[in-house]
Amino acid sequence: MALRERRGALRCNDLESAAGLDTWIGRVDGLENEPVTERLAEFDCRNNRLAQLGLRQDGFEQAVARARRQYGAHRIAVLIGTSTSGVRECERAYCERDAQSGALPGWFDERHTHNLYSVADFVQRYLELHGAAVAISTACSSSAKVFTSAHRLIEAGFADAAVVGGVDSLCLTTLYGFASLELLSREPCRPCDAHRDGISIGEAAGFALLERADGAESGTTLAGYGESSDAYHMSSPHPAGEGAYRAMRDALDRAEITAADVGYVNMHGTGTHANDRVEDEALHRIFGHSVPCSSTKGWTGHTLGAAGILEAVIAAQCLAHGYVPGSLNVREIDPAFKSRIALEPVARDLRYVLSNSFGFGGNNCSLLFGRLA
Amino acid sequence: MSGLYLSGVGVLGPGLPDWPAAHELLGGKREYHHEPPPQPDARVLPPNERRRGAKSVRWAVAAAQEALDGADITAAEVATVFASSSGDGETLHQLCEALAGPAREVSPTRFHNSVHNAPAGYWSIAAGSQQPSVTLCAYDGSFAAGLIEAAAQVHAYGAPVLLVTYDLPYPEPLARVRKIREPLAVALLFSREPRAGTLGLWRVAVCEGASATRFPESLPPGLCTNPAAHALPLLATVARNVSETVAITYVNGCHLRVETQPWS
Repeated sequence: MALRERRGALRCNDLESAAGLDTWIGRVDGLENEPVTERLAEFDCRNNRLAQLGLRQDGFEQAVARARRQYGAHRIAVLIGTSTSGVRECERAYCERDAQSGALPGWFDERHTHNLYSVADFVQRYLELHGAAVAISTACSSSAKVFTSAHRLIEAGFADAAVVGGVDSLCLTTLYGFASLELLSREPCRPCDAHRDGISIGEAAGFALLERADGAESGTTLAGYGESSDAYHMSSPHPAGEGAYRAMRDALDRAEITAADVGYVNMHGTGTHANDRVEDEALHRIFGHSVPCSSTKGWTGHTLGAAGILEAVIAAQCLAHGYVPGSLNVREIDPAFKSRIALEPVARDLRYVLSNSFGFGGNNCSLLFGRLA
Repeated sequence: MSGLYLSGVGVLGPGLPDWPAAHELLGGKREYHHEPPPQPDARVLPPNERRRGAKSVRWAVAAAQEALDGADITAAEVATVFASSSGDGETLHQLCEALAGPAREVSPTRFHNSVHNAPAGYWSIAAGSQQPSVTLCAYDGSFAAGLIEAAAQVHAYGAPVLLVTYDLPYPEPLARVRKIREPLAVALLFSREPRAGTLGLWRVAVCEGASATRFPESLPPGLCTNPAAHALPLLATVARNVSETVAITYVNGCHLRVETQPWS
């Protein structure tokens, strides 16, 4: 709905803990009042609160309950992408160190909040599952990678179904970290705009239940995927988009389709100068000027380790409703761009949507989603 | 149950300077002698990356390189799985200290080094490898999670996969809340078919219920607090040249069962 109504979720930074940073953020309201309680109370922190809120949306718990009855709790894997998990707790704990000993405060629970696995542990226990579980952390491609890994686990017989997801929440590490790289936008981010000036950091939780498509007549499929490494630089993309190209190419090849079969590409499109330019280059090599491409980060901000799942959900929505969302906040497409950047929303019958996620360390992942029937 | 051939090993830890030394210890041919942690040989990193990379990067790539030494395949041809519970504690500590200060000045290099896949990124640059790479964790079950991922990749694609599992002790004050006493890095090269130098055939399954890893008695307790140490009982079956079924700690509600078989 927010996509169709062109309602963005970014606001001027109003985090008390990061006051003074001149940037825009995508902040989820109400987390302060929705603690994790009872049997899972030890997991309580902003990141797991966000996970809990996500799990309670759209009948997801009910869908998992049905799968649990069908496959058994030990046959459903849990794979969650996150870049920082509950590091906000560790940041807070460092502000309360004992003046004499330097010790961290007693309330700090590393295992259940700050640890990267904490969020996957929380999700597995919340959903009462007992199968394979893992947190995948490849920076901003984390929750795209969960799809590829889940696909392999099911193929290899380690699970019959998988809950995949991504959760990342606002914290000082990423806000000040991206500020140090001079990559934070001073306005709502404008991916692909001639005057883009960086990212807006957002937070998000998203989940999907993956099962074999045997006999299914409707729904969204993971039709293909591609993964690659840039082997170039820790925080700058390969200048010719070689890794991005390779990931997208492999996704199409694995699905045995051609570029012309793809109806829309949801770009990684962060709004930094380098990312969008390089991604445009790689897109043009494969799709020329024929397939509409856009980034939806103008709505959501860059949700980092949750971007993959968030944009996978958007891809599924686009497929289901025959819809290309276009861009938000973009005034003038970068005149150097060669691919077809969609600005306005359009209705379009879609068979396949490609979704890109690229992370620090040169970690690239392209997911190809298809529509059954 | 998914089968995979082990064709290369790298080990780096206190008293375990390389795989031949670990082989002797785990095979019962010598006693454990504690020595200070060795300096990882990170020559594989280009000078810039060696300077910028954090300590965990040097540990991970040193073990990775040993596993590929003598293999009939180059680093650029191998997909990688990096499994580490806690990443780079020094970097985390320095970032949290900076963020707790009034200026909140974060070093950009430190920030990009803080991503969990930093060793994978540095490795891909050193190896010139565009192959897929995943970095993951599951607390004390991180090795198990990495082994399943590697087994699933070998099953799905048939191409060789290098699994690198490593953890380093946290610095104070974090060391008091996450007790990893000794550093350790283990790298394992897997493939679907036997290759030159294959050491064993492992079959991996996820099993219901909790079961904890039993460590070889020759290993000191401090080393066994390292999540990467869960690889050592499997390497012990290789060193002793025996077929065995080994339980490995995994996550809530399940454990791994690995059937090992010698290969020579």
